[in-house]
Formats: sequence, structure tokens, C-alpha cells
Amino acid sequence: MAKLIVDGNEIEVPAEFTILQACEEAGAEVPRFCFHERLSIAGNCRMCLVEVKGSPKPVASCAMSVRDLRPGPNGEPPVVNTRTPLVKKAREGVMEFLLINHPLDCPICDQGGECDLQDQAMAYGVDSSRFAENKRAVEDKYIGPLVKTSMNRCIHCTRCIRFTTEVAGVPDLGAIGRGEDMEITTYLEHAMGSELQGNVIDLCPVGALTSKPYAFKARPWELSKTESVDVMDAVGSAIRVDARGREVMRFLPRVNEFINEEWISDKTRFVWDGLRTQRLDRPYVRENGRLRSASWNEAFALIAEKVNAAKSERIGAIVGDLAAVEETYALKLLMEKLGVPNIDCRQDGAQLDPALGRATYLFNTTIAGIEDADAVLLIGTNPRKEAPVLNARIRKRWRLLRTPIGVIGENVDLTYDYSYLGTGAQTLADLAAGNGAFLEVLSKAERPLIIVGQGALAREDGMAVLAAAAKLAKAVGALGEAWNGFSVLHTAAARAGALDLGFVPKADGLDVAGMLAPGALDVLFLLGADEVDVPEGAFVVYQGTHGDRGAHRADVILPGAAYTEKTGIYVNTEGRPQFANRAVFPPGDAREDWAILRALSDVLGKRLPFDSLAALREQLFAAHPHLAAIGEIAPVDTAGIETLAGKGGVLADAPLISPIADFYLTNPIARASAVMAECSALAGGALKQAAE
Amino acid sequence: MAVRRLAPKEFQPDSFAFTAENAIWAGQQIAKYPEGRQASAVIALLWKAQEQAGGWLPEPAIRTVADLLKMPYIRVLEVATFYTMFNLEPVGRHLVQLCGTTPCMLRGAEQLKDVLKRRVGDEKHVSADGKFSWMEVECLGACCNAPMVQINNDYYEDLTPESLEKLLDDLAAGKPVKPGPQNGRRASEPEGAITTLSDPSLFDGSQIGAWRQRFEAEAAEKARAEAEAAAAAPEAAKTPEPAKPKETRAEEKAADRPEVRVAEGKAPIAPAAKADAAEGVADEHKPILLAKARGDGPDDLKLIYGVGPKLATMLNELGVYHFDQIAAWNEMNLAWVDQHLGAFRGRAVRDKWIEQARKLATGWRPASDVGEKPEE
Repeated sequence: MAKLIVDGNEIEVPAEFTILQACEEAGAEVPRFCFHERLSIAGNCRMCLVEVKGSPKPVASCAMSVRDLRPGPNGEPPVVNTRTPLVKKAREGVMEFLLINHPLDCPICDQGGECDLQDQAMAYGVDSSRFAENKRAVEDKYIGPLVKTSMNRCIHCTRCIRFTTEVAGVPDLGAIGRGEDMEITTYLEHAMGSELQGNVIDLCPVGALTSKPYAFKARPWELSKTESVDVMDAVGSAIRVDARGREVMRFLPRVNEFINEEWISDKTRFVWDGLRTQRLDRPYVRENGRLRSASWNEAFALIAEKVNAAKSERIGAIVGDLAAVEETYALKLLMEKLGVPNIDCRQDGAQLDPALGRATYLFNTTIAGIEDADAVLLIGTNPRKEAPVLNARIRKRWRLLRTPIGVIGENVDLTYDYSYLGTGAQTLADLAAGNGAFLEVLSKAERPLIIVGQGALAREDGMAVLAAAAKLAKAVGALGEAWNGFSVLHTAAARAGALDLGFVPKADGLDVAGMLAPGALDVLFLLGADEVDVPEGAFVVYQGTHGDRGAHRADVILPGAAYTEKTGIYVNTEGRPQFANRAVFPPGDAREDWAILRALSDVLGKRLPFDSLAALREQLFAAHPHLAAIGEIAPVDTAGIETLAGKGGVLADAPLISPIADFYLTNPIARASAVMAECSALAGGALKQAAE
Repeated sequence: MAVRRLAPKEFQPDSFAFTAENAIWAGQQIAKYPEGRQASAVIALLWKAQEQAGGWLPEPAIRTVADLLKMPYIRVLEVATFYTMFNLEPVGRHLVQLCGTTPCMLRGAEQLKDVLKRRVGDEKHVSADGKFSWMEVECLGACCNAPMVQINNDYYEDLTPESLEKLLDDLAAGKPVKPGPQNGRRASEPEGAITTLSDPSLFDGSQIGAWRQRFEAEAAEKARAEAEAAAAAPEAAKTPEPAKPKETRAEEKAADRPEVRVAEGKAPIAPAAKADAAEGVADEHKPILLAKARGDGPDDLKLIYGVGPKLATMLNELGVYHFDQIAAWNEMNLAWVDQHLGAFRGRAVRDKWIEQARKLATGWRPASDVGEKPEE
């Protein structure tokens, strides 16, 4: 710890703090453009100048550490001033230089209203320019379909370059030329290849990099802002939903140190146009092979007719990837009341059994815990596609300590170096049996982390693979008191929550594969389940938001609410329940899903015992108390993993392939988004190019 | 500086690969750096690539270098666009880089520019025959020979529009040309007669240049010692030769020294002035010197303040071994000895050796090993 005096207040901070951090600690605000807490220090904008007593010139506070400050002549703590006339004059000088080449196009700039330069110019700018010459003009660059450039505005802070190089790990952006002619661009203006590239929009302190899909759509001050969580993957990134009237205009990240720090993936950020297109805004029923719009009563009556005609064991229900815990609970109760044993939430067929305990299907290590791991093994997962933000954490850890990472599965670019161990489950079996060089690395590690992806589980021998992974985890000491290194990475936002509720087949019930067998069922209820192919024969009720695969097959469509249109609990892959809040209302006749199920239950004569969301939650929390602790991870019992480790099973030799073939098109909302389609086409094209 | 861009597509070759020879060279460059730091070779490799591609850097070469060093393409592009030494567009076989910075401009770089514009065409454009292209660059550091141009790897200095024309003619015709000043100067010495540093006393050591006197004194002393050794009886112990610069070296240097040029440049330097002025005190004042120390060994001359090991050896070589020897000298003897102390000249008088030696000869010893400083 080091003592220093900031603006007259003596404070004590760790010696490795920069002066800027120390000033913030002392409550003094220091303006900055290039400095960012999560990026390396560049020190090139010079906006953070402060006065250090004894120094003849102002000091760039972001680039000087407290350790390097000299004490006074009699050993007094160093004195830093942030509000002296010298500091103000210095910053005004910097600001004047920054504004020399910055265009005065704030009225047509998308950053207007949330622009660091604009804000700081209010404090340090002058009202007129002394610069009579021509301003620099820079050609705009194409750097992809997501980020719009307006390079005249660039102030060369290099945050975007540092982000893509350091955090995203896909070093696309660079600065060519030098001095005044420095230009930010990608190599020959190729599109950026990172799944986290949208974050450069937030990082850009001016309007040089803005959101292309959001261009000229809205102004920040006319948007209503709702804090929520993302459902595009199972990470549950903290987001802010910006809406105007009935429309979601954009998603921005919120800081959540435990999950996404302050990054979100491109799918999370740019999926909002998918919330407007292909929407189901009224009930439909199929008549003579064609869907026609109907009234709620009509639809419910038809369902009741079919359900009453069917035997309970010939009825089934599948929960999709985007369902909140509340509607899953309501559906489960309804099915229990109907005596239906065929319920499942694992539409990809992942072999996870909640009966073995929560520890067997959660990311026990926690996402923040990745930063403590000293060896990582990825089994059947491509975290770059399945959870880009989580992948950034692994990369963060790897960048810092070159943590050894092993991969069993696909040999793809994960943005960090790893030792490729093998493609199939056999490699895992070898490892679990005590062979393989990487076993030594894992055994030596104090906190080994084993991540099992859905690619390893969504197959016939999924349970055996999981058991082998558990056995390996036990063998290398990943299941300690303080450290649980056995982690399952989900790809669906609804999955962990549904497994918590036990939304899996009853003792004599059919699982997804069984339900989808031709002629197995008479009535199938799909709660937003779009990743399944329902065979001919069954009467399909689809409750969801988008006219996707499930709706096309459906006989009755009940329009539900998307994740921005209802308040609901989502349990992320760590087992952390979080609230998604309503930012807008569902379109047309669409209703919140729990309410639809409640109304349907009435028609079916099996009335669900709640009349409000609050009542539903009361029952839900009584049945599953851990869900009530929003934002907290309930402690899990690791005994389940031990049991699992003892299970064994026969491993097939098929390669462990990640379930996500196309990162941009994993759910009905994303598939409805034109932006995502463009990204997908671009990524596909890039792949083709690489193959040539 | 202006924005620098890669050459348009139509100029870019389809591919680039180092020749076998250059690939080996590249490998050697890369091997210079420790594991994980291979990117350090990027400038060397780009330079070689530019050399191989005919003086400019095509886009495939940038990718080749990036692949070789396992760097992202954009990182290599950053380097290639940062340094102006990398030409991103094709250049002529003879790339003329005209210095246009102030000294050259004042000495007529503008006229040279006109010549180039007329002869070669616009800046940064290859002439029709592919032989020439030119560009204006910042200071090339040859201001003494302004105005100047750099053509490929050589400087051509002291140009006039006429001599530049001739130079270009010769290059176009494939005739050999002489790099360096084009007006008869050898390097950057003064043109015509010299106007400064013409006072011969600057070079005879009387004002500056004690080092030269030292060399000469040492040379003379060595010659004397050799003569003495030859004359001395066989019982005279051979004194070890002191380590000193070879005389030839001093003479070689002397030939290059400015005063020689001054002489060539018709500066009036009288031969008498060049003669050694060191022998101010005639040999008649030479004190009594011994071939070797007397029976009970030499006195520790280092006890005289201002005499160190080096000076003590020098005195021994001269034939001075005892305090009473020095004590017996007169002022002129001291001056003579002083004269023969080379670089230490002046010490003997300054430090009042006679006075000190008299005191020491009585058997008195100073408190310190280095002696006691005499009072002023």
C-alpha cells in the first residue's frame, strides 16, 4: 500500500495502482479517452493529465503508477492535484488539439448524447476554434456488417485495436500510417472475424465506430432503458434493453463482474431486429393444411378437444431454449395435472440427469472462477461459438499466465493456444484411464478445470462421456473442498432452469428422441422448441414467439412473449438465477407465456393454482428455494459428481462436435434477424475462402 | 508525409515468395531472435522483400512475411505503412530520392526538382521506360553537400541542374557513375580555399593537441632509449618497453590530420613551424641520470605528490631513481625532465618536485602513500 494526497485528501492505495485509479479512489474524476480498465495502457490521448507536486510538467495519470511517485523532501506522501488551474489549462490544450481534426457533425452523429468527447468538451472545450486550416479527412473503412465507421471522427485512442487484439483475440484491427495520417482499419478492409467485435462500438469514445444496424435509428435520450439478461447463450450476460415505444432499439452490455465483465457477444447485441420480424402476434389454427388466424378461445377449444381425446401417455411436452423458468414451471404443473409422463427440456438430446444433483449439470467452477484455473480441459465444446464471453475469460486467463489448455473435440481457432488431444471420446477415455501427456498437466495443477460441452453430451453415449469426464475430474483432484473444477457448459438459456425444475421424463416417460419417434404421440406441446423435427401424425401445439420451424409444423399456434417482453427468471449455466425484465409489450394478441398456460389450464379443466405472476413465483420459490436467491449461486452438493464418476458406460468413437454449426443462427430470434443472416453469410463465405 | 496506401490491384503481382537465397537469409534473421520474439525480424524481412521485388513492397509480400513470422497481416501492414523506407508502389530501376529539406532547398533543390519533373515526370510515377522514378524525401543527412539526391543505395551530392542531367543521362545509358560529390570535392571538406582554421599554430601543439606532442615525445624518448641501450655496457639492465601506441599509427593519422589538408589547400604553413617545437630546453640542461638504481634499490618516487606509478616508471626509464638525484637538480634540469614527461608535461614544475625531493631525501616520509601536497 502506498499513501498519497489527492486534492488534499490523504488516501492509501495498492502501490501498483495508477495515479488515475488512485484519483478515482479518492473521488476525483479524471477525464480519459484511451484508458480503459480492461485493456492495456496506451497513454496516448493525454486527457488524464494531473499535476504532481515536484514534477515540472503535468503527468499522464493513466500511465504512471503510484509506486513511481516520489515522496516529498521530508518523506511526506506525494501530492497529486486534479483541480488546479494548471491541470485545467493542460486538459483544455489537449482538448483543443483533439478537436482540431474532429468534425463538428454532432447533430448527425450516432454517438451524440453518449459521447465521451462531447461530454468532456463541455468541461474542457472552448467555444470556438483557433484552427483556420483544413481539417484532416479520412476515408471511411468497411470493417464488417456490424460496425459502421466514420473515420473523420477518430481520435486515435486505439481502444478498438487493443480490444480486438487482447480481449477478443482476433487481431483484425490495426493502425496504418502514422502521425496525423494514422488510420484504423482491418487488413485490406476485410470484415472483422470476432464474435465480440460489437464491443468496439461501446469502447469507441467518439462516434468513429458506431452500430451499423442501429445507425440513425434513435437518440439515447429518447430511449427507455431496462436492465435485463441475455438469452442468446447460457451465460446470461447482463444487458440493458433500450426501447422506444413498443420497439426494442438496441442491446447494450451492463457490467457484471461475475459473468460478462462488460462485454457481450455480437448475437446478444445485434439480435434486436429479429424481435420485430417473423413475430407471431395472434393465435393460429391449422385448417385444411393451412394456418389461419383464430381467436384465443378458438385455439384453446381445439387444444382441449385434442387433449381430452388423447391418453395422457400419448401426450408430450418439450421446452425450448429460450423459455423462462416461470412458464416451464407452469407447463410442468399442467402436465403433471394431466398425468403426462412425457416431458423434456433437452431438445438436443443432451444426456443430463437432474436426479444426480445440480452439480452434475452446472458450470460449478463459475465463470469468474475460470480466472483461478491453472489448467483447462475442453471436452466437446467450442466456447468461442457457444459462449463467446466465457471464451474471452478463458483467453484472459491464458494471456496472463499461459495456462495450459487441452481440447478434445474439434480442432478450431479458439483465440488461444491449446494442445489438441484428440477428436473423439476415446481420447477422454484414455485420459480418464490414466494415459496421455495432458493428464500430468491436469494432475499437477492445483485448480484444474474440466469443461464439458453439449457436443459431448448430446449423443447416445452422452452419459458415459459425462461419467468419464467426472471420473477424470475426480482423478486429477478437481473436486476439492474449495475448488470444483467440473463444469458443464450449456448452450441454451432455458436449460439449467428447466433441469432445476426437473423438466425431464417421468419414470415411464419418453424423452425427446422417444417423443419424436413417428407415431409415438397424439398431442405434442412445444414451448418455444424449434430445434426439433416433429414427425407427421402428432397434433402439435406451438407456443412461442417466432414463425420458425416449430410454428411451421404446428397445428395450433399460441403467440408468446420474447425475453424482452416478459419478466422471467433465467438460470445461467453456472446455476445463477437472474431476472429478465420487461422492456416492451408483446406484439398484437401475444401474451406472457405463463398467463397463456394458466388460461389454457382453465379450458382443459385443470386450473393451475395461481392467478398472478407473484403467486406463481411464490409457489415456485417454495418448491425450489434456490431460485429465490436472484443473482446468487446456491451451493451445490458434489456428491452427485462422485456418483456420476462411478457410472462408467461404453464410449462410442464418434468425434465430439460442438452443436453450434452457425454461431449467428442458433435460435428463432436470431434466425429472424436480417443482421444475423448477413453475419452468417459472411462467416460462411469466410469459411469457404479458407477451405479453398 | 501523406497518407500511404498499397498500390492499386493492377500493379500487384499474384504472389510473392522469397528466392531460395533470400529465404535462407530470412531464416538467419529470424534465428537471431529468441523463441516467441520472431516478429522482431519483420523490418529486415520486409526490406529484403522490397529488394527482391524491385524496390517496392507488393501486397503479397506483406502476407508472405506475415505468414513467415506468424503475425496477423494487419500487424505487418502497420509496419510497412509506418516506415517511409518501404515503397508501397512500384518504382523505377533508378529510384531518385530528392532531399528537399531546408539546407538542400536553399542550395537549389527546387531546380533539381524541376529537372526531375521534366526528365522523369510527376513525383512517384515510373517513367515510361521504367528506368526512373523520383520522390521528394525529408533530410537525408548530407547537408554539407547540399543539394543532393539518393539514387537506389548511393548518395550523389553537390549537384547542379547540369550535373544532375548528366548523371541521369549516364544512368539511362548504363554508363558507370561515381557516387558522392559531383563537383570535384572528395567529401565535405571546404570548397576552394579554406577560410577558417588556417592558423598553423592550431596544429603544432602549442595551443591545442598535447596528445600529438606526447606521441612525438614518446617517439623521441624511445629512440633515445634504444640508442642508450645500444651504447650501454652489456651489464645495463634492459628496461622494459613501455606500452605505447605504434609510431606508424600516429604517422598514418598524421597524414589524415586537418593540418596536412590545410597544407595541401595552399595554406601557408612554414616547414619550420611544423618542426618539433617541443625541444624548448636544450640538452645542456640534462641532469645526471643513472643507468640503474644504486645498490640499495630505487626510492619510492610515488611518494612525491603528483607522481603516480606511470610517472614513476617513466622517471626510472629516464634514469631517475633516487630522491637525492632530484634534490640536486636546478630549475633548468627540472624543466628538461619535465620536457621529457610526455603527456605529464608540466607536472614536475607544478608540483615542485625539487622542493619535495629535498624533504624526502632527509628521510622524512609523508602520512599518505600518494605524498603530501606542497604548499602553494
